[in-house]
Amino acid sequence: MANALITVPKTAKRGEVIEIKTLVSHTMETGYRRTELGVPIPRDIARLFTCTYNGVEVFSAELHPAISANPYISFFTVATESGTIAFHWRGDNGFAVSSSATITVT
Amino acid sequence: MRWLLFAAGLLATALQAAGQVAAQDMAPESRRSGYEQMGRETRAMQDEDNANPATLWVLDGEAAWKRKAGTANRACADCHGDAATTMKGVAARHPAPDAKTGKLVNLEQRINACRVEQQQAKPLAYESRELLALTAYVGRQSRGMPIEASVTPATRPALDAGRALFRRKVGQIDLSCAQCHDENWGAHLAGNVIPQAHPTGYPIYRLEWQGLGSLHRRLRNCMSGMRAEPYEPGSKEYVELEYYLMWRARGMKVETPAVRP
Repeated sequence: MANALITVPKTAKRGEVIEIKTLVSHTMETGYRRTELGVPIPRDIARLFTCTYNGVEVFSAELHPAISANPYISFFTVATESGTIAFHWRGDNGFAVSSSATITVT
Repeated sequence: MRWLLFAAGLLATALQAAGQVAAQDMAPESRRSGYEQMGRETRAMQDEDNANPATLWVLDGEAAWKRKAGTANRACADCHGDAATTMKGVAARHPAPDAKTGKLVNLEQRINACRVEQQQAKPLAYESRELLALTAYVGRQSRGMPIEASVTPATRPALDAGRALFRRKVGQIDLSCAQCHDENWGAHLAGNVIPQAHPTGYPIYRLEWQGLGSLHRRLRNCMSGMRAEPYEPGSKEYVELEYYLMWRARGMKVETPAVRP
């Protein structure tokens, strides 16, 4: 099953500000809804998103119940060196997804 | 007295004329996709594949396309090869009559018929994630192509039945599809802009649903909003209505998988 969609520029100039876009597959069940029979639906959300650039954390975000399903997060960072930009999502019920992309900095 | 009769006659003629105007199909040049009525941010979601959550389903569909299934142990790709070439335009010309039975089938039903006959697998449930994924993947191959919806003498009755359903007042509110989507598009229904109801991008990622859904799910939504008894997904009535809607949108470009509010 497709888990995450990542957009990272393949190449960048050193010092350039680059935009990174991520989308992860998740229902983001709020915990505030009930079934047709009135039984509460337990909360099931992604809680934490982190992005590391060659092992150094450059961005993180906490997610909450009001955030839509399949959350889309976009942010900027500075291209410092060639390497790997990795993405991690953690959440309820042991939810864990990781993905990564490589970038060449000239 | 004579004057009164004359006035009554005029009124009757005027009403008849109004009825005829309302009963005409929408003029092709005044048609527009629901995309044009969306906000900038929602359009941006649809414009970029990696920002469109429906892409998750398209990728699932691609995996399902290559996965062997059924007692025949065959994948879609084993017969049809590369979907990018073999499935191009397929979504643009459905619903279409099944070659064997002559029955009008939509894309979901065509996929399921193939599953049952060729793969000898169980049909996928309507609105199931896998059927939506396959439909989105096959539909995606027609993106940008004009909707065809060809009509033959054999399919004419289905088109007429679909049009009749579109114009029939139903439910406790006593409303027809045409009253909103032909006569009042662009106006507001509560906070929402009424679209012209062209099925250009199904299955769609609807923000209200927080997920992907078929046209028949959307029709169910409208029917229950009209306080009418919805038909079953995949029912003859919905397929006929879908056929009419596709014919009404003929020439417009396929947007699958679209995003809608």
